[in-house]
Amino acid sequence: MTAFKRLVEVGRVVLLTHGHKAGRTAVIVDIVDHNRVIVDGPTNGVHRHVASLSKVTLTDIVMKKLPRTIGTTALKKAIITQKIDEQWNQTAWAKKIATRVTRASLTDFDRFKVMRLKKQQRYIVKRQMAALKKTSSA
Amino acid sequence: MVETTHKGQLIPGVSRYSRSQRFSKRGLYLVKNKAAVARKETTQAAKSASAPAVVNDLEKALTRKPSKFYPADAAHKPKVSHKAVGKTKLRKSLKPGSILILLAGRFRGKRVVFLKQLKSGLLLVTGPYKINGVPLKRVNQAYVIATSTQVDISGIKITENINDEYFKREADTKLKGTEEEFFGKGAAKKETPSNKIADQKEVDSQIIKKITADHMLSSYLKSSFSLTKGQAPHLMRF
Repeated sequence: MTAFKRLVEVGRVVLLTHGHKAGRTAVIVDIVDHNRVIVDGPTNGVHRHVASLSKVTLTDIVMKKLPRTIGTTALKKAIITQKIDEQWNQTAWAKKIATRVTRASLTDFDRFKVMRLKKQQRYIVKRQMAALKKTSSA
Repeated sequence: MVETTHKGQLIPGVSRYSRSQRFSKRGLYLVKNKAAVARKETTQAAKSASAPAVVNDLEKALTRKPSKFYPADAAHKPKVSHKAVGKTKLRKSLKPGSILILLAGRFRGKRVVFLKQLKSGLLLVTGPYKINGVPLKRVNQAYVIATSTQVDISGIKITENINDEYFKREADTKLKGTEEEFFGKGAAKKETPSNKIADQKEVDSQIIKKITADHMLSSYLKSSFSLTKGQAPHLMRF
């Protein structure tokens, strides 16, 4: 058993956390040194570049059988066949990011609607809960 | 760099100013150039008739020396300004029909409907009164947040009498500063003039149907805006 579950390795999917591409995922294709890796994300518009490990976060996803320094075109193919982007979008983490983005893009009226709908939801849930409590205690 | 001893000279012997600059500096344009005027007259006269008397005059005119004197105070002729006071430019986000959030005054936080821009540049808005209690009023665009939500107000008619003059305050009564005023005598509650009530109703009746058709929209206009924890207005979309 290793202490760490996410390792810096070729094929590891990372999330960019800094810069204008922050929020997109890329794949480690090579390791430069202890602090830097080469990442490439052809399906997400992330060009191949050296990224500092302090500016990316490792995810749980690792690509299978990825050779070192794979070319961009081959990597793109591999990402599509291994359905890496779909895997990422399924994670709670990606969903949370997506919600955050949609929330930020809401207009004033949209925010009001969300507030009203949440109120309605709470009302229904509370009513059901109260009814259930009554039946269970009786 | 050459040291100039004289203010008006670039280097000794060379004037700093051109001929025309000197002309304007000395205010020579204020001096009527008699010779030129005379020449003009005489050439016209010479054209019309070539009598010897005219020749005499011409000689006189040509030999006449211009006056050595000119006014000591060269009166500055101010330039005629061609600037005109333009119409206040509205922010791009402000379009008739858009819903605004008022930021200052008695109705701060209220969401209102923007009707049109008045001549003074101020915005004419209405609550509508029946929905949120905001009457027809003028606001400065600096004190509103424009939201992207629009109410269709095409075809709405706002009578011409609702202009800047319409919103001016009535002159105070003569009681001001007297003892009676201080003790609140005669301070009857001001009643809204009936014509303003009628105007309000007329404007509102035209848009209220479109608002109440959408239940969310009408309750949105009823509610007031406020920031909650963690909300930064400059990072929010409206």
